[in-house]
Parts: sequence; structure tokens; C-alpha cells
Amino acid sequence: MDRTIRVLVAKPGLDGHDRGAKVIARALRDAGMEVIYTGLRQTPEQIVSAAIQEDADVIAMSILSGAHNHLFPRVMELLREKKVDDVLVLGGGVIPDDDIPGLKAAGIAEIFTPGSPTPAIIEFIKNNLKRKA
Amino acid sequence: MDDPAELARRARGGDARAIARLISMIEREDPARLAVLKLLHAWTGRAHVVGITGPPGAGKSTLADKIVSELRGRGRRVAVVAVDPSSPFTGGAILGDRIRMMRHATDEGVFIRSLATRGHLGGLSRATAETVRVLDAAGYDDVIIETVGVGQSEVDVVRLADTVVLVSVPGLGDDIQAIKAGVMEIGDVFCVNKADRDGSERVLREIKSMLENAVLNGAATRFTPLYDAMACMGAASGENAGAEDAVPDDEAHRSFFRQRAPSAADGGSGHHGGTLPGYGSLAIPPVLATVAETGEGVKALVDAVKAHEAALALTGMLATRRRDNLAWELGKALAGRILARLEDDGRRTAVAGLAGSVMDRQTDFYDALDALERMLGSRQP
Repeated sequence: MDRTIRVLVAKPGLDGHDRGAKVIARALRDAGMEVIYTGLRQTPEQIVSAAIQEDADVIAMSILSGAHNHLFPRVMELLREKKVDDVLVLGGGVIPDDDIPGLKAAGIAEIFTPGSPTPAIIEFIKNNLKRKA
Repeated sequence: MDDPAELARRARGGDARAIARLISMIEREDPARLAVLKLLHAWTGRAHVVGITGPPGAGKSTLADKIVSELRGRGRRVAVVAVDPSSPFTGGAILGDRIRMMRHATDEGVFIRSLATRGHLGGLSRATAETVRVLDAAGYDDVIIETVGVGQSEVDVVRLADTVVLVSVPGLGDDIQAIKAGVMEIGDVFCVNKADRDGSERVLREIKSMLENAVLNGAATRFTPLYDAMACMGAASGENAGAEDAVPDDEAHRSFFRQRAPSAADGGSGHHGGTLPGYGSLAIPPVLATVAETGEGVKALVDAVKAHEAALALTGMLATRRRDNLAWELGKALAGRILARLEDDGRRTAVAGLAGSVMDRQTDFYDALDALERMLGSRQP
């Protein structure tokens, strides 16, 4: 039996724009994944703690406030602190191209900017899970 | 972490990753979980297991969030198992109960886990029972089970919870909804949430009236055995003076009765039990008004839940209820094993053959059933 993929969808930062996150959540659900939706304005600490308790395979974060260069790497730092190395972390939202290499260097596996087709995101998750069945 | 003893040791110590990993093993029915659960068994049976159930949108998650805060304020470690439905078509799910509880995410004394039903009916997921046991063994004092939004017959939570809180809201339907069988019968504590909305007084009244009528009709309800036992103890101890000697935990005893007895302080619109004109005081469960959004009434709700636990313990009903539930669960697990044995290749062929002869009217249904039962009695098909 296929292992059910669990994805924690989170909105770090202070912007209240969760439409994108909800579209992704629905697409992942329709792809047969279990999506733990955590709502708006989460701190990196809350996100990492929730991901651990939920045993998430993937953390998918969306930011439209511009705070990605601070918040995304902070999540990676907390995961390392807690010795969690088997969770795939994705970022999305309004993120300038110039910032993407830095975020990837910090450990974010991929950045999906507005207009990314949801099937591509689903494929990326399926092909890049860090835990195998 | 793959070693069962190590995983059990870490889960027992409250290690969130170990607990979470173990719950995932339970969810995918990994046979390796059994060794760990066996090791944890000796440490289970300590937590107060509270079920929160009610229709979709009643505010169960918001209420759970506020109950967690209240219990944390009382110094208790709390775990929440929140169940949401899986899609019957894709198997996917949106688990959104956590949204209301994120304030507790970084509290070391709180563990929250979302479970998808994964095809299981009855308001819970198949993994719920074992998940509750893991959290119990991990030392959480209270384990709250939040069911999916229920309709009229998803009542599995009564098999796992010591105390069931049934959450209702104004505006769901006419008063006939309150007298249908099913979900409305399973509460130990009743709560009308969103009580600041129009119609809440009417819902409170209807639920009380439903409960009072159940008592008058002598109906078997979830709460009757406990109330009978309380009445017996009250009679045995003279109901008032001298009760302190007969009843070891007398404050709990009195507080449970106090909740049910209408008092002047309630000003006639009190939500603590109720009376029916001409019938005096009837023993019915607490029916409380809450506004989970603001936290109004949550303290009284938690008091009622804790008083219920104390009353169960005092009367010996806690042990009875847990034993009955375990007997039910053993039966269900056994049925599962029998079904699994039917899946055996040789037996599957035999079952299909028997079904064919029932269909062709060569054998009747019950002879076929007897034949199957004999077949299962043998080690090999």
C-alpha cells in the first residue's frame, strides 16, 4: 500500500493573503495527500513544532509579505536544531528570482512563484520526498 | 528509532518525534507498531479521555482550544486527537482542526495530532484507539478526542471516551431533531455553543426536556447507570449528614450533585441540569451554554467534565465503562482477524463458491454461513 503523504501547509509572516495556500491545499488533497492546514500568521517555531507532532513528510510555506529571506531560513534552522532532516520543505508566494538561490542554499528544496502549475508542485513532492515508503 | 524498546522509551518520556512517528505507524497499520504498543500497555489507563462531538461547524475545535487552555491553567498536560474526514474518492484530506489550536503549538505540555478517517465510518479514524493509548502512556493527563462533524449516528467516540461532551448549536433544525435516536443520546455533558446567538435558550430547553423525558420514560441512556449509582450512594450515606464518612472523595460527590440541582443562583435560566414542573428535581446531565470564541462558559464546562470523571471514579463506573469498552474493542479486533483469515487465497475461493450456491438457490444463506464458520474453525482452508 502506498504511504499517504502528509503535508503541513503554513503561512508564516504577517500578511493575510491565504488564497494561494488554500489553492495548493486543495490541489494536494485532490492528489490524495493529507493536508494539515495551520492558518495565518504562524511563527517558524509553531510551524516546526506542528510539523513534528503531525509527522509531516512535507512543509509547504507561502509568504507574500516579503519576509521570506528571514522566515524560510529560520524554519530550516529550527528543523536542524531539532535534528529533523527527513522533511521536504517548499516555499511559495511572491519571491523575487534573485532571492531564490539564497533560499535554496538555506535548504528550501524548491520555490514556487505565482503561476506555478499545481501538477508541477504535486510531481515535485512525489519525486523528492525524503522518506521512502 | 526503529528499535521497539527505544521507541517505547522515548514515547514514554514525552519525545514528540517518537510519539508522532509511532502514531504514523499506527495510521498505516504497520505490524512493527504492535511490539511498541505492547511495551507501552502497562503505562496506559491513567489519562482522562474526553470526547468532543457534534455537528460540523458547531465549534468543536474552538471549544477544544479553549478547553486545552483551561486545563493547562490547572497544570495538566493535554493531548488532542482531532479527526477530519478523508475524501472517499481520492483518499486526500484537509485537516483543519489545528488552525484553532495553533497557540498551543509551542507549549511543551500540549500535543496535537490530526487524523484523517481514511475510509473509517463512525466519526473517528481506525487509528484513534491506539493513538489515544500512546498519548496516555506518554503521560498526558487529559486526552481530548475531537470527532469529525457528526450527523445522526456517528457514535464510535463512546467506545473510547470516559466522558463525552456533546456540542450543539442554535439553528440546526426543529425540536424533533433533539428526540431522534443516535448522537443526542451519547452525551455525558451537554453544551450549547454559540450561545450568544438567537435561539440558544430554546436549544438549551429542548435538550433538557429531551433528557428529562428520557428519565421519565425510564429509557436506558449513557448516563443512567452513573446516576443510579450516585443515587444509591446518596441513599446509603443518608444523602447529607455523615456523607463525609461514607464517601471518600466527598467534594467530587457533592459537586456533581450540585451541578444537577437547580438553585436560586441560576435565576431560573440556569444551565446546570433542570427540573420539570410537577416532577421535582430530575437527575439529568449538565446542559451548559458556551461561547467558545470568547471562552465564556468554558470554565464551567471543564468543571462539569472533571466532576463527571470524579463521579465515574467514585461509583466504580469508570472501571465498568472501560472494561465494557475494551470487551467491545476486543470483539471488534477479533472480527477483523476473522475477516483477514477469509482473505486467505484458498478461503476466498471457498467463500466465492458458497456465495455462488446461495445465489443459485442450492444452499440457503444460513447453511452457507454455518459452513464458513466450520471452515474457519480449521487451521487450514
